[in-house]
Amino acid sequence: MKHEIVEKNIGLMMVLIVIAISFGGLAQVIPLFWQAETTEPIAGLKPLGAIALEGRDIYIKEGCHVCHTQMVRPLRAETERYGHYSVAGEHVYEHPFLWGSKRTGPDLARVGGRYSDNWHMAHLYNPRDVVPESNMPGFSWLFENTLTGEDTAAKMTALRIVGVPYTDEDIANAAVPFASGEVTEVDALVVYLQQLGTLLTRKR
Amino acid sequence: MSTFWSIWIIVITAVTIAGCTWLLFATRKIEVSSKDIKDGEVPTTGHVYDGIEEYDNPLPAWWFNMYLGTVIFAVIYLVLYPGMGSYAGVLGWTQIGQWQEEVDAAEAKYAPIYEQYANMSVEELIANPNAMKMGRRLFNNNCSVCHGSDGRGSYGFPNLADSDWLYGGTAADIKASITHGRKGAMPAWGAVIGEKGVDNVAEYVFGISGREHNTDKATEGAKIYATYCASCHTPEGTGMTALGAPNLTDSVWLYGGSPSLVRHSIRNGRNGNMPAQGEMLKAEKIHLLTGYVYSLSKSQ
Repeated sequence: MKHEIVEKNIGLMMVLIVIAISFGGLAQVIPLFWQAETTEPIAGLKPLGAIALEGRDIYIKEGCHVCHTQMVRPLRAETERYGHYSVAGEHVYEHPFLWGSKRTGPDLARVGGRYSDNWHMAHLYNPRDVVPESNMPGFSWLFENTLTGEDTAAKMTALRIVGVPYTDEDIANAAVPFASGEVTEVDALVVYLQQLGTLLTRKR
Repeated sequence: MSTFWSIWIIVITAVTIAGCTWLLFATRKIEVSSKDIKDGEVPTTGHVYDGIEEYDNPLPAWWFNMYLGTVIFAVIYLVLYPGMGSYAGVLGWTQIGQWQEEVDAAEAKYAPIYEQYANMSVEELIANPNAMKMGRRLFNNNCSVCHGSDGRGSYGFPNLADSDWLYGGTAADIKASITHGRKGAMPAWGAVIGEKGVDNVAEYVFGISGREHNTDKATEGAKIYATYCASCHTPEGTGMTALGAPNLTDSVWLYGGSPSLVRHSIRNGRNGNMPAQGEMLKAEKIHLLTGYVYSLSKSQ
Protein backbone atom coordinates (compact mmCIF):
# COMPACT_ATOMS: atom_id res chain seq x y z
CA MET A 1 0.00 0.00 0.00
CA LYS A 2 1.22 3.48 -0.81
CA HIS A 3 1.47 5.69 2.27
CA GLU A 4 2.06 8.59 0.03
CA ILE A 5 -1.43 8.62 -1.45
CA VAL A 6 -3.10 8.86 1.95
CA GLU A 7 -0.49 11.10 3.52
CA LYS A 8 -0.52 13.66 0.76
CA ASN A 9 -4.33 13.84 0.35
CA ILE A 10 -5.70 15.13 3.63
CA GLY A 11 -9.28 14.93 2.31
CA LEU A 12 -8.93 11.24 1.52
CA MET A 13 -7.31 10.65 4.90
CA MET A 14 -10.27 12.27 6.67
CA VAL A 15 -12.74 10.12 4.76
CA LEU A 16 -10.78 6.97 5.62
CA ILE A 17 -10.60 7.99 9.32
CA VAL A 18 -14.36 8.55 9.44
CA ILE A 19 -14.98 5.15 7.83
CA ALA A 20 -12.60 3.41 10.25
CA ILE A 21 -14.18 5.05 13.33
CA SER A 22 -17.76 4.50 12.15
CA PHE A 23 -17.29 0.74 12.21
CA GLY A 24 -17.44 0.75 16.01
CA GLY A 25 -20.72 2.64 16.05
CA LEU A 26 -22.20 0.56 13.24
CA ALA A 27 -21.60 -2.67 15.18
CA GLN A 28 -22.26 -1.43 18.73
CA VAL A 29 -24.83 1.35 18.49
CA ILE A 30 -26.96 1.02 15.36
CA PRO A 31 -28.35 -2.49 16.12
CA LEU A 32 -29.66 -1.22 19.50
CA PHE A 33 -32.12 1.04 17.68
CA TRP A 34 -33.96 -2.11 16.61
CA GLN A 35 -33.74 -4.25 19.78
CA ALA A 36 -36.88 -4.85 21.83
CA GLU A 37 -34.85 -4.66 25.10
CA THR A 38 -33.79 -1.10 24.39
CA THR A 39 -36.85 0.29 22.61
CA GLU A 40 -39.85 -1.33 24.33
CA PRO A 41 -41.07 0.12 27.65
CA ILE A 42 -41.26 -2.30 30.59
CA ALA A 43 -44.75 -3.29 31.77
CA GLY A 44 -46.58 -0.41 33.43
CA LEU A 45 -44.24 2.37 32.29
CA LYS A 46 -46.16 5.61 31.78
CA PRO A 47 -45.00 9.02 30.62
CA LEU A 48 -44.34 11.40 33.52
CA GLY A 49 -47.32 13.42 34.73
CA ALA A 50 -47.29 17.21 34.38
CA ILE A 51 -45.83 17.90 37.84
CA ALA A 52 -43.27 15.11 37.67
CA LEU A 53 -42.23 16.32 34.21
CA GLU A 54 -41.59 19.81 35.57
CA GLY A 55 -39.77 18.20 38.50
CA ARG A 56 -37.53 16.37 36.06
CA ASP A 57 -36.61 19.67 34.42
CA ILE A 58 -35.75 21.10 37.83
CA TYR A 59 -33.58 18.04 38.43
CA ILE A 60 -31.79 18.91 35.19
CA LYS A 61 -31.72 22.66 35.86
CA GLU A 62 -30.10 22.25 39.27
CA GLY A 63 -27.60 19.79 37.86
CA CYS A 64 -28.56 16.89 40.11
CA HIS A 65 -27.34 14.48 37.42
CA VAL A 66 -23.82 15.85 37.79
CA CYS A 67 -23.43 14.27 41.23
CA HIS A 68 -26.14 11.60 41.18
CA THR A 69 -26.42 8.71 38.75
CA GLN A 70 -29.66 6.96 37.84
CA MET A 71 -28.16 3.62 36.91
CA VAL A 72 -27.96 0.64 39.24
CA ARG A 73 -25.41 -1.72 37.76
CA PRO A 74 -25.85 -5.49 38.04
CA LEU A 75 -23.35 -5.85 40.87
CA ARG A 76 -24.36 -7.30 44.22
CA ALA A 77 -22.99 -4.36 46.19
CA GLU A 78 -25.26 -2.04 44.21
CA THR A 79 -28.40 -4.16 44.19
CA GLU A 80 -28.01 -4.64 47.96
CA ARG A 81 -27.93 -0.91 48.48
CA TYR A 82 -30.25 0.43 45.80
CA GLY A 83 -32.49 -2.43 44.66
CA HIS A 84 -33.08 -4.08 41.29
CA TYR A 85 -30.43 -3.27 38.65
CA SER A 86 -31.58 -0.80 36.00
CA VAL A 87 -32.92 -2.09 32.69
CA ALA A 88 -33.08 -0.20 29.40
CA GLY A 89 -36.87 -0.51 29.14
CA GLU A 90 -37.28 1.76 32.18
CA HIS A 91 -35.72 4.67 30.31
CA VAL A 92 -37.35 4.57 26.87
CA TYR A 93 -39.43 7.69 27.57
CA GLU A 94 -36.47 9.71 28.81
CA HIS A 95 -35.21 12.45 26.50
CA PRO A 96 -32.48 13.00 27.42
CA PHE A 97 -31.71 10.15 29.80
CA LEU A 98 -30.24 11.09 33.17
CA TRP A 99 -28.04 8.10 33.86
CA GLY A 100 -25.19 10.37 34.87
CA SER A 101 -21.58 9.31 34.97
CA LYS A 102 -20.28 10.16 38.42
CA ARG A 103 -21.48 9.44 41.92
CA THR A 104 -20.57 12.15 44.35
CA GLY A 105 -23.90 11.38 45.99
CA PRO A 106 -25.73 8.06 45.92
CA ASP A 107 -27.51 6.59 42.92
CA LEU A 108 -31.12 7.78 42.63
CA ALA A 109 -32.51 5.30 40.10
CA ARG A 110 -34.67 3.67 42.81
CA VAL A 111 -35.04 6.46 45.34
CA GLY A 112 -38.82 6.58 44.80
CA GLY A 113 -40.71 5.65 47.97
CA ARG A 114 -37.50 5.14 49.88
CA TYR A 115 -37.91 8.25 52.05
CA SER A 116 -40.94 10.29 52.99
CA ASP A 117 -41.86 13.53 51.20
CA ASN A 118 -41.06 15.42 54.39
CA TRP A 119 -37.62 13.90 54.50
CA HIS A 120 -36.94 15.03 50.94
CA MET A 121 -38.13 18.53 51.80
CA ALA A 122 -35.90 18.73 54.86
CA HIS A 123 -32.99 17.23 52.93
CA LEU A 124 -33.31 19.54 49.92
CA TYR A 125 -33.59 22.60 52.17
CA ASN A 126 -30.44 21.78 54.09
CA PRO A 127 -29.04 18.26 53.65
CA ARG A 128 -27.05 18.48 56.90
CA ASP A 129 -30.25 18.74 58.92
CA VAL A 130 -30.85 15.04 58.26
CA VAL A 131 -27.44 13.74 57.10
CA PRO A 132 -24.80 15.57 59.17
CA GLU A 133 -21.86 14.41 57.04
CA SER A 134 -23.47 15.31 53.69
CA ASN A 135 -21.60 17.59 51.30
CA MET A 136 -24.65 18.24 49.11
CA PRO A 137 -25.59 21.88 48.70
CA GLY A 138 -28.92 23.14 50.02
CA PHE A 139 -31.55 24.21 47.50
CA SER A 140 -33.57 26.65 49.56
CA TRP A 141 -34.74 28.73 46.57
CA LEU A 142 -36.76 25.78 45.30
CA PHE A 143 -39.13 26.44 48.21
CA GLU A 144 -39.80 29.99 47.04
CA ASN A 145 -40.16 29.59 43.28
CA THR A 146 -43.60 28.51 42.12
CA LEU A 147 -44.45 26.88 38.82
CA THR A 148 -47.09 28.11 36.40
CA GLY A 149 -47.10 25.12 34.07
CA GLU A 150 -47.29 27.45 31.09
CA ASP A 151 -44.61 25.52 29.20
CA THR A 152 -45.64 22.05 30.27
CA ALA A 153 -47.92 21.44 27.28
CA ALA A 154 -45.18 22.51 24.88
CA LYS A 155 -42.73 20.17 26.59
CA MET A 156 -45.18 17.29 26.32
CA THR A 157 -45.77 18.05 22.64
CA ALA A 158 -42.04 18.05 21.99
CA LEU A 159 -41.63 14.75 23.83
CA ARG A 160 -44.51 13.26 21.84
CA ILE A 161 -42.65 14.03 18.62
CA VAL A 162 -39.75 11.88 19.81
CA GLY A 163 -42.02 9.00 20.79
CA VAL A 164 -43.34 9.56 24.31
CA PRO A 165 -47.05 8.58 24.19
CA TYR A 166 -48.66 11.69 25.69
CA THR A 167 -52.34 11.86 24.75
CA ASP A 168 -54.13 14.97 23.50
CA GLU A 169 -55.89 15.00 26.85
CA ASP A 170 -52.57 14.99 28.73
CA ILE A 171 -51.39 17.95 26.73
CA ALA A 172 -54.66 19.87 26.99
CA ASN A 173 -54.68 19.47 30.79
CA ALA A 174 -50.95 20.02 31.31
CA ALA A 175 -51.37 23.28 33.19
CA VAL A 176 -54.28 22.14 35.37
CA PRO A 177 -52.21 20.73 38.29
CA PHE A 178 -50.47 24.11 38.60
CA ALA A 179 -53.71 26.13 38.63
CA SER A 180 -53.58 26.76 42.39
CA GLY A 181 -50.38 28.75 41.89
CA GLU A 182 -48.97 27.07 44.99
CA VAL A 183 -46.97 24.28 43.39
CA THR A 184 -43.39 25.12 44.26
CA GLU A 185 -40.34 23.83 42.46
CA VAL A 186 -39.49 21.62 45.41
CA ASP A 187 -42.98 20.05 45.32
CA ALA A 188 -42.48 19.13 41.67
CA LEU A 189 -38.98 17.83 42.30
CA VAL A 190 -40.18 15.61 45.15
CA VAL A 191 -43.01 14.23 42.99
CA TYR A 192 -40.42 13.41 40.35
CA LEU A 193 -38.05 11.77 42.87
CA GLN A 194 -40.81 9.74 44.51
CA GLN A 195 -41.70 7.94 41.26
CA LEU A 196 -38.11 7.05 40.30
CA GLY A 197 -37.61 3.35 39.73
CA THR A 198 -40.74 2.22 41.53
CA LEU A 199 -41.91 -0.06 38.69
CA LEU A 200 -39.49 -2.90 39.20
CA THR A 201 -39.86 -4.75 42.46
CA ARG A 202 -36.69 -4.81 44.43
CA LYS A 203 -35.07 -7.99 43.22
CA ARG A 204 -32.31 -8.97 45.61
CA MET B 1 -31.72 -10.33 18.28
CA SER B 2 -32.88 -10.88 14.73
CA THR B 3 -30.72 -12.84 12.30
CA PHE B 4 -30.17 -9.72 10.21
CA TRP B 5 -28.64 -7.71 13.03
CA SER B 6 -26.70 -10.72 14.23
CA ILE B 7 -25.11 -11.12 10.79
CA TRP B 8 -24.62 -7.33 10.55
CA ILE B 9 -22.59 -7.30 13.75
CA ILE B 10 -20.63 -10.43 12.88
CA VAL B 11 -19.69 -9.13 9.43
CA ILE B 12 -18.61 -5.68 10.65
CA THR B 13 -16.62 -7.13 13.54
CA ALA B 14 -14.91 -9.71 11.33
CA VAL B 15 -14.14 -7.12 8.62
CA THR B 16 -12.70 -4.78 11.24
CA ILE B 17 -10.40 -7.41 12.71
CA ALA B 18 -9.35 -8.65 9.27
CA GLY B 19 -8.87 -5.06 8.09
CA CYS B 20 -6.66 -4.19 11.07
CA THR B 21 -4.55 -7.27 10.43
CA TRP B 22 -4.23 -6.41 6.75
CA LEU B 23 -3.29 -2.84 7.55
CA LEU B 24 -0.60 -4.07 9.93
CA PHE B 25 1.07 -6.28 7.35
CA ALA B 26 0.50 -3.94 4.45
CA THR B 27 2.24 -1.01 6.10
CA ARG B 28 4.89 -2.94 7.93
CA LYS B 29 7.50 -1.62 5.49
CA ILE B 30 7.27 1.08 2.87
CA GLU B 31 7.71 -0.57 -0.47
CA VAL B 32 10.85 0.44 -2.22
CA SER B 33 11.37 -1.73 -5.24
CA SER B 34 14.38 -4.01 -4.72
CA LYS B 35 15.98 -3.21 -8.03
CA ASP B 36 16.82 0.27 -6.73
CA ILE B 37 18.73 -1.10 -3.77
CA LYS B 38 22.37 -1.99 -3.96
CA ASP B 39 23.73 -4.91 -1.95
CA GLY B 40 24.57 -4.13 1.65
CA GLU B 41 22.68 -0.84 1.68
CA VAL B 42 19.78 -0.10 3.96
CA PRO B 43 16.94 1.09 1.73
CA THR B 44 15.62 4.60 2.32
CA THR B 45 12.17 5.98 1.76
CA GLY B 46 13.58 8.47 -0.70
CA HIS B 47 12.71 11.46 1.49
CA VAL B 48 15.61 13.86 1.69
CA TYR B 49 15.54 17.04 3.71
CA ASP B 50 18.70 19.10 4.05
CA GLY B 51 20.65 15.96 3.31
CA ILE B 52 18.92 13.96 6.02
CA GLU B 53 17.43 10.74 4.74
CA GLU B 54 14.79 8.45 6.25
CA TYR B 55 15.59 4.74 6.44
CA ASP B 56 12.87 2.37 5.32
CA ASN B 57 13.08 0.08 8.33
CA PRO B 58 10.20 -2.24 9.26
CA LEU B 59 7.99 -1.42 12.27
CA PRO B 60 9.72 -2.15 15.59
CA ALA B 61 9.26 -5.80 16.53
CA TRP B 62 7.82 -5.02 20.01
CA TRP B 63 5.20 -2.73 18.50
CA PHE B 64 4.38 -5.11 15.67
CA ASN B 65 4.04 -8.08 18.03
CA MET B 66 1.95 -6.17 20.52
CA TYR B 67 -0.45 -5.16 17.78
CA LEU B 68 -0.63 -8.75 16.63
CA GLY B 69 -1.30 -9.72 20.25
CA THR B 70 -4.34 -7.46 20.43
CA VAL B 71 -5.72 -9.05 17.28
CA ILE B 72 -5.24 -12.54 18.74
CA PHE B 73 -6.78 -11.40 22.03
CA ALA B 74 -9.83 -10.09 20.17
CA VAL B 75 -10.36 -13.39 18.39
CA ILE B 76 -10.03 -15.45 21.60
CA TYR B 77 -12.31 -13.03 23.46
CA LEU B 78 -15.00 -13.26 20.79
CA VAL B 79 -14.88 -17.06 20.95
CA LEU B 80 -15.21 -17.16 24.76
CA TYR B 81 -17.58 -14.24 25.42
CA PRO B 82 -20.72 -12.88 23.74
CA GLY B 83 -19.87 -10.32 21.09
CA MET B 84 -20.52 -11.80 17.68
CA GLY B 85 -24.21 -11.04 17.20
CA SER B 86 -26.41 -13.53 19.00
CA TYR B 87 -23.56 -16.03 19.51
CA ALA B 88 -23.43 -16.57 23.28
CA GLY B 89 -19.76 -17.50 23.59
CA VAL B 90 -18.19 -20.77 24.76
CA LEU B 91 -18.28 -19.72 28.43
CA GLY B 92 -21.97 -18.74 28.29
CA TRP B 93 -21.16 -15.61 30.32
CA THR B 94 -23.81 -12.93 30.90
CA GLN B 95 -23.62 -9.93 33.23
CA ILE B 96 -26.88 -10.96 34.87
CA GLY B 97 -25.52 -14.50 35.30
CA GLN B 98 -22.44 -13.09 37.00
CA TRP B 99 -24.61 -10.95 39.26
CA GLN B 100 -26.74 -14.00 40.11
CA GLU B 101 -23.59 -15.96 41.02
CA GLU B 102 -22.46 -13.19 43.35
CA VAL B 103 -25.89 -13.04 44.95
CA ASP B 104 -26.07 -16.82 45.36
CA ALA B 105 -22.60 -16.94 46.90
CA ALA B 106 -23.55 -14.21 49.36
CA GLU B 107 -26.81 -15.98 50.13
CA ALA B 108 -24.94 -19.22 50.91
CA LYS B 109 -22.58 -17.31 53.20
CA TYR B 110 -25.05 -15.11 55.06
CA ALA B 111 -28.24 -17.19 55.10
CA PRO B 112 -27.04 -19.47 57.94
CA ILE B 113 -26.04 -16.42 60.00
CA TYR B 114 -29.46 -14.81 59.59
CA GLU B 115 -31.12 -18.16 60.18
CA GLN B 116 -29.58 -18.63 63.60
CA TYR B 117 -31.12 -15.31 64.68
CA ALA B 118 -34.45 -15.81 62.90
CA ASN B 119 -35.69 -18.22 65.54
CA MET B 120 -34.53 -16.19 68.52
CA SER B 121 -37.02 -14.04 70.37
CA VAL B 122 -36.35 -10.32 70.54
CA GLU B 123 -35.28 -10.66 74.19
CA GLU B 124 -32.70 -13.26 73.18
CA LEU B 125 -31.44 -11.03 70.36
CA ILE B 126 -30.85 -8.17 72.77
CA ALA B 127 -28.68 -10.42 74.91
CA ASN B 128 -26.63 -11.52 71.89
CA PRO B 129 -23.78 -9.04 71.16
CA ASN B 130 -23.23 -10.29 67.60
CA ALA B 131 -26.89 -9.94 66.73
CA MET B 132 -26.83 -6.41 68.12
CA LYS B 133 -23.71 -5.58 66.07
CA MET B 134 -25.46 -6.73 62.91
CA GLY B 135 -28.58 -4.86 63.91
CA ARG B 136 -26.60 -1.67 64.47
CA ARG B 137 -25.03 -1.92 61.01
CA LEU B 138 -28.39 -2.52 59.37
CA PHE B 139 -29.79 0.43 61.31
CA ASN B 140 -26.93 2.73 60.31
CA ASN B 141 -27.28 1.76 56.65
CA ASN B 142 -31.04 1.91 56.37
CA CYS B 143 -32.65 3.84 59.22
CA SER B 144 -30.18 6.44 60.46
CA VAL B 145 -30.81 8.73 57.49
CA CYS B 146 -34.11 9.76 59.12
CA HIS B 147 -33.91 8.52 62.71
CA GLY B 148 -30.28 9.51 63.27
CA SER B 149 -27.30 7.24 63.93
CA ASP B 150 -28.17 7.22 67.64
CA GLY B 151 -31.85 6.52 66.88
CA ARG B 152 -32.91 9.68 68.65
CA GLY B 153 -34.68 11.10 65.62
CA SER B 154 -35.15 14.78 64.96
CA TYR B 155 -37.86 17.23 63.97
CA GLY B 156 -40.55 15.13 62.27
CA PHE B 157 -38.67 11.86 62.65
CA PRO B 158 -39.53 9.91 65.80
CA ASN B 159 -37.03 9.22 68.54
CA LEU B 160 -36.63 5.44 68.77
CA ALA B 161 -34.46 5.49 71.84
CA ASP B 162 -37.12 6.60 74.31
CA SER B 163 -40.08 4.73 75.70
CA ASP B 164 -42.70 6.77 73.81
CA TRP B 165 -44.15 4.88 70.84
CA LEU B 166 -46.57 6.31 68.29
CA TYR B 167 -47.57 2.91 66.95
CA GLY B 168 -46.75 0.69 69.91
CA GLY B 169 -43.47 -0.49 71.32
CA THR B 170 -43.85 -4.25 71.45
CA ALA B 171 -41.60 -6.35 69.20
CA ALA B 172 -44.56 -7.17 66.97
CA ASP B 173 -45.53 -3.49 66.64
CA ILE B 174 -41.98 -2.44 65.80
CA LYS B 175 -41.68 -5.21 63.24
CA ALA B 176 -44.98 -4.20 61.63
CA SER B 177 -43.85 -0.55 61.49
CA ILE B 178 -40.61 -1.47 59.72
CA THR B 179 -42.16 -4.00 57.35
CA HIS B 180 -45.29 -2.17 56.23
CA GLY B 181 -44.38 1.40 57.03
CA ARG B 182 -46.67 3.88 58.76
CA LYS B 183 -48.72 6.78 57.50
CA GLY B 184 -49.66 9.47 59.96
CA ALA B 185 -52.80 11.44 59.07
CA MET B 186 -53.50 14.45 61.21
CA PRO B 187 -55.90 16.65 59.21
CA ALA B 188 -55.51 20.40 58.98
CA TRP B 189 -57.94 22.06 61.39
CA GLY B 190 -57.23 25.71 60.64
CA ALA B 191 -60.17 26.12 58.27
CA VAL B 192 -62.53 24.19 60.55
CA ILE B 193 -61.91 25.75 63.95
CA GLY B 194 -60.47 29.10 62.93
CA GLU B 195 -57.33 30.84 64.19
CA LYS B 196 -58.93 31.53 67.57
CA GLY B 197 -59.88 27.88 67.90
CA VAL B 198 -56.33 26.85 67.06
CA ASP B 199 -55.02 29.12 69.78
CA ASN B 200 -57.53 27.82 72.35
CA VAL B 201 -56.91 24.14 71.60
CA ALA B 202 -53.18 24.70 71.80
CA GLU B 203 -53.59 26.17 75.29
CA TYR B 204 -55.74 23.20 76.28
CA VAL B 205 -53.09 20.79 75.01
CA PHE B 206 -50.43 22.61 77.03
CA GLY B 207 -52.72 22.18 80.01
CA ILE B 208 -53.04 18.42 79.73
CA SER B 209 -49.32 18.04 79.19
CA GLY B 210 -48.71 19.90 82.44
CA ARG B 211 -47.26 23.07 80.94
CA GLU B 212 -47.93 26.69 81.62
CA HIS B 213 -51.10 27.76 79.88
CA ASN B 214 -53.88 30.32 79.72
CA THR B 215 -56.76 28.72 81.65
CA ASP B 216 -59.48 30.80 80.00
CA LYS B 217 -58.39 29.85 76.55
CA ALA B 218 -57.92 26.25 77.64
CA THR B 219 -61.49 26.05 78.90
CA GLU B 220 -62.70 27.16 75.47
CA GLY B 221 -60.23 24.79 73.84
CA ALA B 222 -61.54 21.85 75.84
CA LYS B 223 -64.85 22.00 73.96
CA ILE B 224 -63.13 22.02 70.57
CA TYR B 225 -60.83 19.24 71.73
CA ALA B 226 -63.77 17.06 72.74
CA THR B 227 -65.43 17.58 69.34
CA TYR B 228 -62.51 17.28 66.93
CA CYS B 229 -59.46 15.87 68.65
CA ALA B 230 -60.67 13.32 71.18
CA SER B 231 -61.66 10.69 68.63
CA CYS B 232 -58.02 10.07 67.73
CA HIS B 233 -56.06 11.43 70.69
CA THR B 234 -58.65 9.98 73.17
CA PRO B 235 -60.63 12.21 75.56
CA GLU B 236 -57.79 12.04 78.11
CA GLY B 237 -55.22 12.97 75.43
CA THR B 238 -53.16 9.82 75.88
CA GLY B 239 -53.13 9.04 72.16
CA MET B 240 -53.97 5.90 70.24
CA THR B 241 -51.28 3.61 68.90
CA ALA B 242 -53.66 1.98 66.40
CA LEU B 243 -53.80 5.31 64.53
CA GLY B 244 -50.40 6.61 65.46
CA ALA B 245 -52.08 9.52 67.27
CA PRO B 246 -49.47 10.85 69.70
CA ASN B 247 -49.87 11.07 73.43
CA LEU B 248 -50.41 14.77 74.18
CA THR B 249 -50.01 14.48 77.94
CA ASP B 250 -46.28 13.78 77.92
CA SER B 251 -43.39 16.05 77.07
CA VAL B 252 -42.52 14.44 73.71
CA TRP B 253 -43.24 16.68 70.72
CA LEU B 254 -42.46 15.10 67.37
CA TYR B 255 -42.97 18.36 65.47
CA GLY B 256 -41.65 20.67 68.14
CA GLY B 257 -43.27 21.77 71.38
CA SER B 258 -43.00 25.54 71.08
CA PRO B 259 -46.39 27.30 71.09
CA SER B 260 -46.03 28.43 67.49
CA LEU B 261 -45.10 24.92 66.25
CA VAL B 262 -47.94 23.26 68.16
CA ARG B 263 -50.35 25.79 66.67
CA HIS B 264 -48.84 25.09 63.24
CA SER B 265 -49.46 21.35 63.73
CA ILE B 266 -53.10 21.99 64.64
CA ARG B 267 -53.64 24.53 61.89
CA ASN B 268 -51.99 22.66 59.00
CA GLY B 269 -52.07 19.05 60.11
CA ARG B 270 -49.19 16.59 59.99
CA ASN B 271 -48.66 13.68 57.66
CA GLY B 272 -45.64 11.76 58.79
CA ASN B 273 -44.75 8.84 56.61
CA MET B 274 -42.51 5.92 57.42
CA PRO B 275 -41.81 4.13 54.10
CA ALA B 276 -42.35 0.34 54.07
CA GLN B 277 -39.09 -1.59 54.21
CA GLY B 278 -40.46 -5.11 53.76
CA GLU B 279 -39.57 -5.47 50.10
CA MET B 280 -36.18 -3.85 50.45
CA LEU B 281 -34.89 -5.55 53.58
CA LYS B 282 -36.77 -8.87 53.78
CA ALA B 283 -37.88 -10.61 56.94
CA GLU B 284 -34.52 -11.82 58.31
CA LYS B 285 -32.94 -8.36 58.35
CA ILE B 286 -36.09 -6.78 59.74
CA HIS B 287 -36.03 -9.28 62.60
CA LEU B 288 -32.53 -8.16 63.57
CA LEU B 289 -33.51 -4.50 63.17
CA THR B 290 -36.53 -5.05 65.39
CA GLY B 291 -34.24 -6.39 68.07
CA TYR B 292 -31.85 -3.47 67.71
CA VAL B 293 -34.59 -0.82 67.82
CA TYR B 294 -36.14 -2.59 70.80
CA SER B 295 -32.77 -2.55 72.54
CA LEU B 296 -32.44 1.21 71.97
CA SER B 297 -35.54 1.92 74.03
CA LYS B 298 -34.72 -0.77 76.62
CA SER B 299 -31.32 0.73 77.29
CA GLN B 300 -32.95 3.92 78.57
